[in-house]
Amino acid sequence: MPEPTRLLSADDVRRALTRIAHEICEHHSGVSNLVLIGIQTRGVPLAESISEAIADIEHEKVFVGSLDIGLYRDDLASRPTPRLGRTLMPVDLNGRNVVLVDDVLFTGRTIRAALDALSDLGRPAAVELAVLVDRGHRQLPIRADYVGKNLPTSIDQRVTVRVEAIDGENGVWVGS
Amino acid sequence: MKHLLSISDLDRAEIEDLLTLAAEFSSVLERDIPKVPTLRGRTIATVFFEASTRTRLSFERAAKALSADVMSFAPGTSSVTKGESLKDTVLTLEATGADLFVVRHESVGAAARVAGWVNGPVINGGDGAHQHPTQALLDALTLRQRFGKLDGLKVGIVGDIANSRVARSNIDAFTKLGAQVELIAPSPLLPVDLSAFPVTVSGSLEDSLPHLDVVYLLRVQIERGSGPILPSLAEYGLRFGMNRQRLQMLPADAVVMHPGPINRGVEITADVADDPRSLVLDQVQNGVSTRMAVIFRLLGAS
Repeated sequence: MPEPTRLLSADDVRRALTRIAHEICEHHSGVSNLVLIGIQTRGVPLAESISEAIADIEHEKVFVGSLDIGLYRDDLASRPTPRLGRTLMPVDLNGRNVVLVDDVLFTGRTIRAALDALSDLGRPAAVELAVLVDRGHRQLPIRADYVGKNLPTSIDQRVTVRVEAIDGENGVWVGS
Repeated sequence: MKHLLSISDLDRAEIEDLLTLAAEFSSVLERDIPKVPTLRGRTIATVFFEASTRTRLSFERAAKALSADVMSFAPGTSSVTKGESLKDTVLTLEATGADLFVVRHESVGAAARVAGWVNGPVINGGDGAHQHPTQALLDALTLRQRFGKLDGLKVGIVGDIANSRVARSNIDAFTKLGAQVELIAPSPLLPVDLSAFPVTVSGSLEDSLPHLDVVYLLRVQIERGSGPILPSLAEYGLRFGMNRQRLQMLPADAVVMHPGPINRGVEITADVADDPRSLVLDQVQNGVSTRMAVIFRLLGAS
């Protein structure tokens, strides 16, 4: 098997997240009612990074939560031993503007599950989606509001996102 | 893990995995909407040939919190009164659509027999004086919540060891997680052969209390034959019951547990049962999240 190709360097990832942070601030004209919710596992540190970037821009801290969607998946039967991560909400979601954060947007099924999970936790005023990579091949009518990088892929390719807090480095790779 | 029949089928890592999962489900139960859609469309059959309040309630609550449907079977109102066997009963339930079976029966090995007959996973909800694995898991979870870990904890299990499936499961689970277990009982209530158990034995509750972190009081199984062995319940309570005075003989951070149902005034006096150092209600609460974890592992992995 050939080595995976690195498509985004650590600097590329940082620039993409910084741009997303700017777009979020611009779109919301400030961040006072905002919550970033990372989808376990790699969405969480990405949400943290966006929050730090927003703090640099707006001089205001944005709440960051984590959401595990393991209990909301529609493919439970086909997964051998599902792991569950933490779901932690720093604030009441009712009436908040929520931005879901994930590493890769692919079929959209994870996001569908995340929306179901969110609705059990409260009723946000609005929910948006930010992803580091959109690789296409949607199976549901879902799109991202903020995209770090659009990566056209074939369906059997493997996209790997590595983040500092979990994997020791930032970057995006594509392998066959 | 295909079934949960006995704690002896699990190693330490598997037990800890279930406890971690159960802790996660505890937080689900604390939400405004304490329900997740995980097992929508699955059906869980509770097959209880023996009376039960909390185990059955707890399994049903656990199943419903995971959005599974529940079929409840009780022999008193069923064709068992017409002579239908355990085997025909569970096969009928499976044909009706049950995906998982929770079995309680007075005979040792009943759940294991059922596991040989049906295709779905089976959880042992108590078989005679043999095993009650979900009780042991929820007790381990309760101790892990209170103390962080079980390693090095000194746990005294008090009472009718010989007739107790809770004792058998708990000895196994507690020692696998690193606790030291002392059995405290009058000799007629101890098993004849203790060589298989990695435990110490004491004949005096009061001698043991000062060095225990946990006093685990077993229910006196009046219905299972310890009645005639004991001269009187009152005398048992005098020697092996927890009361206010004995509570003060424990180290300051020690706790008291009981699997229920309590014979108040026998194993434990009313004021001790309601004391902040009694974890009885934590045990009941953890029963639901522990059973969610077990059901999730068994049906999520199929």
